[in-house]
Amino acid sequence: MIVARRKPAPPLLAAATGRRTVLVAGCKGCVAVCGVGGEREVRLLAAQLELAAKRLGQKRTVLRATVARQCDPGFLSSFDSLMEQAEACFSLGCGVGVQYMAERYPAKPVFPAVDTVFAGGSPAAGLWEERCRMCGECVLGETGGICPVSRCAKGLLNGPCGGSVNELCEIGHNQPCAWNLIYERLAGQGRLEGLTVITPPKDWSRAGAGVRSVVREDLMP
Amino acid sequence: MTTPSNLQRVLEQGHFAVTAEIGPPKGASGETVRRHAALLRDCTDAQNVTDNQSAVVHMCSLAAAVHVLQAGGEPVFQLTTRDRNRLALQSDLLGAASLGIRNVLCLTGDHQKFGNHPQARGVFDLDSVQLVGLARRLCEGRFLNGDEVKPPPELFVGAVENPFAGPLPLRVLRLGKKIAAGARFIQTQAVYDIELFARFMAAVREQGWDKEVSILAGVVPPKSAGALRYISKVPGMVVPDKLIRRMKGAADQAREGKRFAVELIRHLRTIKGVRGVHIMAIRWEEAVPEIVTEAGLLPRPHADKY
Repeated sequence: MIVARRKPAPPLLAAATGRRTVLVAGCKGCVAVCGVGGEREVRLLAAQLELAAKRLGQKRTVLRATVARQCDPGFLSSFDSLMEQAEACFSLGCGVGVQYMAERYPAKPVFPAVDTVFAGGSPAAGLWEERCRMCGECVLGETGGICPVSRCAKGLLNGPCGGSVNELCEIGHNQPCAWNLIYERLAGQGRLEGLTVITPPKDWSRAGAGVRSVVREDLMP
Repeated sequence: MTTPSNLQRVLEQGHFAVTAEIGPPKGASGETVRRHAALLRDCTDAQNVTDNQSAVVHMCSLAAAVHVLQAGGEPVFQLTTRDRNRLALQSDLLGAASLGIRNVLCLTGDHQKFGNHPQARGVFDLDSVQLVGLARRLCEGRFLNGDEVKPPPELFVGAVENPFAGPLPLRVLRLGKKIAAGARFIQTQAVYDIELFARFMAAVREQGWDKEVSILAGVVPPKSAGALRYISKVPGMVVPDKLIRRMKGAADQAREGKRFAVELIRHLRTIKGVRGVHIMAIRWEEAVPEIVTEAGLLPRPHADKY
């Protein structure tokens, strides 16, 4: 899933300054699962925005609504009447949700209330880890299901760098060296000979910079 | 492939090679590089110029290599993939060859997090194995995309390996990949733990790779016990406590550091498959002539200078 972090309050409160009616828009998708963008977080941000106005002696109405997925235009119509009243929107959706909101309501500013960080999972309560860089050319079959693009700090494709210490990544955070994990996984499967094959330079054109799209004609109406 | 490299000639004629490292300055004058090159040219076979070492901005290694050339030295141009994509890597290799540079050392580079611009976006378009392959391909007359290179560069291509980062079988395997990609010489990370290094070399010999590639063992003379402690904290470095204690107990620590380097070089020469040493006297280039002299490595074999 997409993992995001709440932005700190000050820049959001600053963006709301002088706006009398704003919408806080939540999403029940990934950002709700990772605890930054669902109904509870909508209530929290709305309260912060109300309180900030009250402190300045200003009047502010904070509208709130949460949809199943902000990344799907089909769900956004439930924001329409609220956005008619609102001067601006604070989206707790991921970067895709924010863009779809901004596209649907081009006359009004839409501010992201979260920073979208990575595609990952949650191996334990309160912990989220990156697992995919969405590079468009998956090598997991050759690397024992461990992604060197997202889990090696340098994204190396032909083995570890010279900086790992005690099988940990040199850049810290107590992260294991991805290539050491790959080595152990492949050794366990008796597939170490695969590591002697030189992986050629990656086709980064499949990793984006420009807009990628996936077309499935079989799913089109 | 034979290139006009003096370093290649020295190695292929069976001499025990000596190279040394020169750190480019954090400023716009090539004067110190030229001074260090002049100091080192007669006691070493080639002089490495580092490429934004430790991910700290310095004068570019290409310009520094030209200063080495101007001072009568033979540069080894270090090139990292951290700061350049495949376009920049290829154009820098062509430019280097056009200026008379004959050796290139292909590295991934330290992560930008450790440098003085940790907010930088690391490039890492290629890894070091792929860069070795790219350099070889250019010398064979092809760009990465298959287009013809006219004329191709003539470069003696090297790479690095860290025998100490573990696990050993993975390190040996990676060395094999660099050789298969086209590396002709290998510089190792600084050796302090000679036992561990000897084990690495035994594993290399077992694969027969000592015959396919010239391995230059890394030597970093410690200037003081404090400097050595700092080195011991660098990722991928292994420094025995015994050595730190020895340095600490010395009346003249700098002298002791040089003495250690000389002992180490003598020891390294006895390890089968070690074809030379690469002395990295970090900000202490002045120590190199004395170390080389005392290690009995002079005079250097004669080879034509460019």
